[in-house]
Amino acid sequence: MFNQDIFKMLLREIAETREVEIGCDECFEQLDRFVEMELSGLNTAQAMPLVQDHLEICGECREEFEALLLALRATEEA
Amino acid sequence: MVHKSSGEVSSRVNQRAYGADRSTLFAQQQWVPAKERSNEQWLAALHGPKKDMALADLRIVLVRGLRGALRGYTSGVESLVEDCVQEALIKILDNLDSFRGESHFTTWAYKICVRTAFAEMRRRKWRDVSLEEAILGRKASVSMPVDSLADTERITSQRMIMAAFRRFVDEELTVKQRRALLAALGGMHLEEVARRMGTNRNALYKLLHDARKRLKRRMTAEGLSPQEVLSVFS
Repeated sequence: MFNQDIFKMLLREIAETREVEIGCDECFEQLDRFVEMELSGLNTAQAMPLVQDHLEICGECREEFEALLLALRATEEA
Repeated sequence: MVHKSSGEVSSRVNQRAYGADRSTLFAQQQWVPAKERSNEQWLAALHGPKKDMALADLRIVLVRGLRGALRGYTSGVESLVEDCVQEALIKILDNLDSFRGESHFTTWAYKICVRTAFAEMRRRKWRDVSLEEAILGRKASVSMPVDSLADTERITSQRMIMAAFRRFVDEELTVKQRRALLAALGGMHLEEVARRMGTNRNALYKLLHDARKRLKRRMTAEGLSPQEVLSVFS
């Protein structure tokens, strides 16, 4: 069904699984606020734990969050 | 994302952005301090008679930001940036009423632009790959490296745990959950798995969350914790 590497990847995801998680849409709704908090150096994990948890599990949302950070930094530099 | 040809998108945005005299507009772009505009000013401008000018400003802001966001990507980025900004501008205009003012307007706009760009990159990446291919992609078993010092007891434990886990997957998950899980673990992006399964990324995430919860509960019921099992494989 799957090899050892995939099995370990799945186990890590299961270990991080919480009973209540938000989906990609809810994460997206709050992502602009979250990224600004992150850039301000605020404790995002404490302020918005559900978004933080989602970003740890969801590779797609994490990729977009990181790109959003880069976009904001690029415009700050300009 | 409904993929539109760049010509179609470009035409719609240009129609909105460049309805005014182009030379005046381009002259304005050089000095209008969009960076200093407040959220209220952005909204007022995009709703009001200066909409074209504000849209042209926003386009510049988004192009700059998206180029920065995609700096690490090499192939075809420039045309992707142009196309995706055009598409994002349409989405932004269509969703202005959903902006709640919880961030800077431009951050909210970037968010839409980044998602548009990544959706397109993922669509392109997986364009020629079927769901079945994604499921099979990393499914093949990899033989364990031969190690003269390997602890045979440990290898036996690993094999037993994996066999048990395969049984959990078969017994706890629905066919849909198994297919989605294997495709996602095979590396295919969720929105592309979702597209092929006739659903959307959010619904698929929830389906997979339910699958993970079922597996976690089953492991707990069997007296296994993910951390302990991982330690057997480290």
